[in-house]
Amino acid sequence: MELINYVEIVVGVLLIVLAFLAINSKSLIKAVMFLSSMSMMSVIGFVLMKAPDVAVTEAVIGSGLVTSLFVFTLLSVRKVGNKA
Amino acid sequence: MKNFLALILTLFLGFLIMSSLNNNIAFPKFGEANIGDRVSDAYIDRDVTENPGDVIFGETDGLESGPANIVTAIVADYRSFDTLGEVTVLFVSALGVALLLGTKKQKRLEIDFHPNFMLRVGSKALFGVILMTGIYISIHGHLTPGGGFPGGSMIATSMLLLYLADDNFRAKVKGFKILESIAGSLYVLIGIIGLIIGGSFLVNILDTGVIGELFSAGIIPIVYVLIGLKVGSEISNVIDNFLTEEGA
Repeated sequence: MELINYVEIVVGVLLIVLAFLAINSKSLIKAVMFLSSMSMMSVIGFVLMKAPDVAVTEAVIGSGLVTSLFVFTLLSVRKVGNKA
Repeated sequence: MKNFLALILTLFLGFLIMSSLNNNIAFPKFGEANIGDRVSDAYIDRDVTENPGDVIFGETDGLESGPANIVTAIVADYRSFDTLGEVTVLFVSALGVALLLGTKKQKRLEIDFHPNFMLRVGSKALFGVILMTGIYISIHGHLTPGGGFPGGSMIATSMLLLYLADDNFRAKVKGFKILESIAGSLYVLIGIIGLIIGGSFLVNILDTGVIGELFSAGIIPIVYVLIGLKVGSEISNVIDNFLTEEGA
């Protein structure tokens, strides 16, 4: 086995572990962070599978926009809850 | 017990998927598929000239589509009508967000988060870099990976960074709306011009030029720049709608 195969296995295992953590973590902000790191891992996976176009889109939308929108939403929801 | 049953069910489903994919003729191992059997081969070899010969980067000219990135050739030329549909889907979703959240008098949403000095200065330094990367990716969509959609999203991300860095920042939303409608209308207009001159909607009417140069591939760079502007302004509008609330 070459080095690239080991990298693929590590990325795959990390994807499963991070997805499990994102579903099962109690704190919502931690779940968002795990989801973001899962997106980053899938970016590496797409590059390894020679799909750079998909990798660029996933990096921008999955790790950038979606994560920040989730974080903003969590912050504003918490504030409304404090007021009530 | 419930978790245990879920684990058993997941393992069983995984075993079913793995056993059906293993030794399946339709799913060869990664990197071992015979490209000659696939549709993509027809796109790679496609040319209007009788014998195109070898396509050499930076030398061959007069190809049918002409971008160096073959994904772009399919997304923005052969299947450009699909891309128009995707842009429409994004437009409808932005319209829905604006209908639900847009109000006449708006102010910034007060969230329990105040940027410190490092975030304010750092995001002002990073804003230009991210914006220029987004514009670069949009313009070079026919040469390098990426294109209008990731480039436009990157432009919107730089706007989001400005919102993050300043409590009172509001983008000039009206300009974004005008930019978005102009870009969308120009995309359809290019398609109609192709219909009049070339005989079918969104056909590549311009000279395709030498493969690998910035000004090549006919209408593809124009279409991708328009898509980048449209997506960027649309997502910036959505972000602005999310981060404002009713009030003076």
